[in-house]
Amino acid sequence: MSHGHAEVLTSHEVHHDEHGAHHHQQSFISKYVFSQDHKIIAKQFLITGMIWAIIGGLMSVLFRLQLGYPDQTFPWLEDILGNWAKGGKITPENYYALVTMHGTILVFFVLTGGLSGTFANFLIPLQVGARDMASPMMNMLSYWFFFGGSIVMLSSLFIQTGPFSGGWTAYPPLSALGDASPGSKTGMDLWITAMAMFVVSSLLGGLNYVSTVLNLRTKGMSMTRLPLTIWALFFTAVLGILSFPVLLSGFILLLFDRHGGTSFYLSDIFIAGKSALPNEGGSAILYQHLFWFLGHPEVYIILLPAMGMASEILSVNSRKPIFGYMAMVGSLFAITILAFLVWAHHMFVTGLNPFLGSVFVLLTLLIAVPSAIKVFNWLTTIWKANIKFTPGMVFALGFVSLFISGGLTGIFLGNSTLDIHLHDTYFVIAHFHIVMGVSAFFGMFAGIYHWFPKMYGRYMNNTLAYIHFWVTLVGAYLIFWPMHYEGLAGMPRRYLDYSNWSSFNQFGDLNKFISTVAIIVFATQLLFVFNFFYSIFKGRKVTTLNPWGATTLEWTTPINPGHGNWDGEIPEVHRWAYDYSKDGHDFIPQTEPIGANESKH
Amino acid sequence: MTTTGLFLLAILALGFLITFQIAKASEYVSVLKGEKKSFEQNNRINGFLMVVFLVLGLVGVYFCNEALYPKTLMVHPSASDHGENIDTMLKITLLITGIVFFITQILLFWFAYKYQYNDKRRAFYYPHNNKLEVLWTTVPAITLCLLVGFGLYYWFKITGEAPENSMRIEITGRQFNWIYRYPGKDNTFGKKYFRMIDDENGNMLGMLWKDSTMKTPNGVQSLKADPTGYDDIIETTAMYLVKDKPVKLIINSRDVIHDVGLPHFRMKMDAVPGTPTTMWFTPKYTTEEMKKITNNPNFEYEISCDQMCGNSHYSMKGLIKVVTEQEYKFWLAQQKPSYKPAEAAPAASPAPVADTAKTAAAGTPNTVLAAK
Repeated sequence: MSHGHAEVLTSHEVHHDEHGAHHHQQSFISKYVFSQDHKIIAKQFLITGMIWAIIGGLMSVLFRLQLGYPDQTFPWLEDILGNWAKGGKITPENYYALVTMHGTILVFFVLTGGLSGTFANFLIPLQVGARDMASPMMNMLSYWFFFGGSIVMLSSLFIQTGPFSGGWTAYPPLSALGDASPGSKTGMDLWITAMAMFVVSSLLGGLNYVSTVLNLRTKGMSMTRLPLTIWALFFTAVLGILSFPVLLSGFILLLFDRHGGTSFYLSDIFIAGKSALPNEGGSAILYQHLFWFLGHPEVYIILLPAMGMASEILSVNSRKPIFGYMAMVGSLFAITILAFLVWAHHMFVTGLNPFLGSVFVLLTLLIAVPSAIKVFNWLTTIWKANIKFTPGMVFALGFVSLFISGGLTGIFLGNSTLDIHLHDTYFVIAHFHIVMGVSAFFGMFAGIYHWFPKMYGRYMNNTLAYIHFWVTLVGAYLIFWPMHYEGLAGMPRRYLDYSNWSSFNQFGDLNKFISTVAIIVFATQLLFVFNFFYSIFKGRKVTTLNPWGATTLEWTTPINPGHGNWDGEIPEVHRWAYDYSKDGHDFIPQTEPIGANESKH
Repeated sequence: MTTTGLFLLAILALGFLITFQIAKASEYVSVLKGEKKSFEQNNRINGFLMVVFLVLGLVGVYFCNEALYPKTLMVHPSASDHGENIDTMLKITLLITGIVFFITQILLFWFAYKYQYNDKRRAFYYPHNNKLEVLWTTVPAITLCLLVGFGLYYWFKITGEAPENSMRIEITGRQFNWIYRYPGKDNTFGKKYFRMIDDENGNMLGMLWKDSTMKTPNGVQSLKADPTGYDDIIETTAMYLVKDKPVKLIINSRDVIHDVGLPHFRMKMDAVPGTPTTMWFTPKYTTEEMKKITNNPNFEYEISCDQMCGNSHYSMKGLIKVVTEQEYKFWLAQQKPSYKPAEAAPAASPAPVADTAKTAAAGTPNTVLAAK
């Protein structure tokens, strides 16, 4: 804790310099634990998210061991995992538990909580020019619900019947019937409880983000002067507010089916070795509608913040305005609207009415239009630029590359005709890991490297950052690119062993290769984590207010801003956030009044 | 922890330590050299790596394709008529997305390399251009309309009504195997009800083979026996299909959601408890012909369960035999209806093991037929 103490002291010094209403001594608990400062809450989300990412990533390493080496035993696994890996082999039950937990953790706890929790909290007040969120108290509760949900989810790993193991989508009847799978016993109750707390956290956060962006902008900060990060985080919050309640309702019905004897999702079920269940008349497909009504917007909840941050970072380090600002905002808006209208493309082969399916094909492929606009605008942004390859910038470029690769395969899967063949194969795994897994992670890394100096007043180590970037980029493609071919062979996802299948056992060597690369990439992420924590305490100190030469408001605050962000008045905004290389200036901050002879954009 | 484990950990820790020390040293060096100089050096290296990544990446894409394409299904013709449509659609999509992929990725990494920082140059202030933006809104929109058009044309063809003359087979999933049912001589499936399922007495599907009265949550129900089910054939070893004859599958599940995955036919449909689904297609090659086409003497059409259904999901395998009309008739003639009149039922038939996974492995659910 000695380092932590040092941090307390330095921040307190800054704190004393601060003017304004927030000048009072705070205890360690109220400053760092139950803090209402949006910056501290952002760091809490970030670090919790990082711990989750390590756990979730480690899970993938464990099940990749099984997939890559299905005929080998690893005695040391038993030392670590005990009964989960009796005799050095992961049992099917625990394999599925690992896969399910990996999905749940990464999608919700890392890429939703960890990503928009961190950057919405950190950036919204700083970039719109507010002292804090509209309701700091709700904001604090949002984190603690997230933390509570995390604890409940984590605890499910340690119960006798194991954590939930029916896939992160938790389709009933499998998820409703403890008799159908041991993971659907207590593990599922804990899973639902944790997810319910997560939804509460997400709503508390989202309402705050929206009201802050709408109401607490500083003087002169019109909506069209907002940096794209804020627009993206704003739309993310809107998506979450409108769709998470639907998910929660789906979970509640599931809970009723599990314990209340209702038949929302259950009908005509006979559990082998037991008996026929009393339920009749329910529809298992109803759950899928409710789930994917969140589940699809969820993809954009993950992706939009990454898009916003990449836009901002590309522009800053290209020393060029983002190309087509209004088109960027418009495409974010279009994605937000369309995100609600495409959910059933996850359900083309559930027996959905083919006509209904065709409507969803049209709407799904439509969403590629705003995505294409964004890609072309990013490309034009770096055209004739003067690019500084900061760690944030390289990750933003990597994000664009991955978004293109993963986005294009979405055009395959969104087309119901092709989805018949590719549904639930490794093609899907490859698609969504590239487009929303790795690329969202790249957006997140870009954001962390870019705003780390603002968060901690220090830099992260550049060399480690570049190693991290290149290994991860190359590794991500080596892992997921070949999976498309497995998908084209019809290889189903969620199998722990393909050796008994004459249709799918030709990929043994490839699976070994993928597993090996996955382990290397995972180890490289640990390097990043180390760099992060080491740099908090020992990184090179930031000596200038605006190390990247950016126009936005967060760089007008002190190097280590206290609660309240600005000493004295909040600055007034006079222009948009993208005046780079204009009229012979390298950049013109948003706070600078428009000059008399300035050219218009 | 075993010694190997410790050893691995030690190597990992050592690797970390070395990397970290190098990184730390390079930071000191950059402070000595001056921030500007080390920035320029870093920038050149990363700019260069961008173009290296692009070139190696494109080469990698080529070799990956060389190595893996032969292992996919695409090298052989699709085994069903619908599958041919799907393959055509795949090729159209691959062509269009492929062009976009190469253009955008090359531009991205090439621009990154070409426009890397240069002290003497200034970036070009270029905030927007309406013409360009309209161009790359409309071109993707038109292209996507094309894809939607093709896609829906095939989609309605595939999901449309099955031809009048198609054979009908019912396939029912359960944890963790498949049950196939043929309508028998009368070409009518007998009625069934899930509460009548009785694995021990050979009624895996809950056929209404006898009158019965039972208490259900909806009150007492009386069920009449359905004689059309007496000649139904219930099978678990393999599903027999006829070459060039359309087949309509009626898909059911007994417990959780399963999925009938037919990779060689490029077909797939969920099996949902309580909500029967259907799909139809026409097999084009017999299993024997496919052995020659794929050059694999052990070729079989496998049914994979494609929807997570429990801990033995990965072993839920079914089998399809595509045969000629004659072979099919011969096979059918050997099959006996699964119905057993009540009096003939052996009272003390050996109870199948409760664990269905084991049952599936041993292939025992045929006890019914064997007993007759």
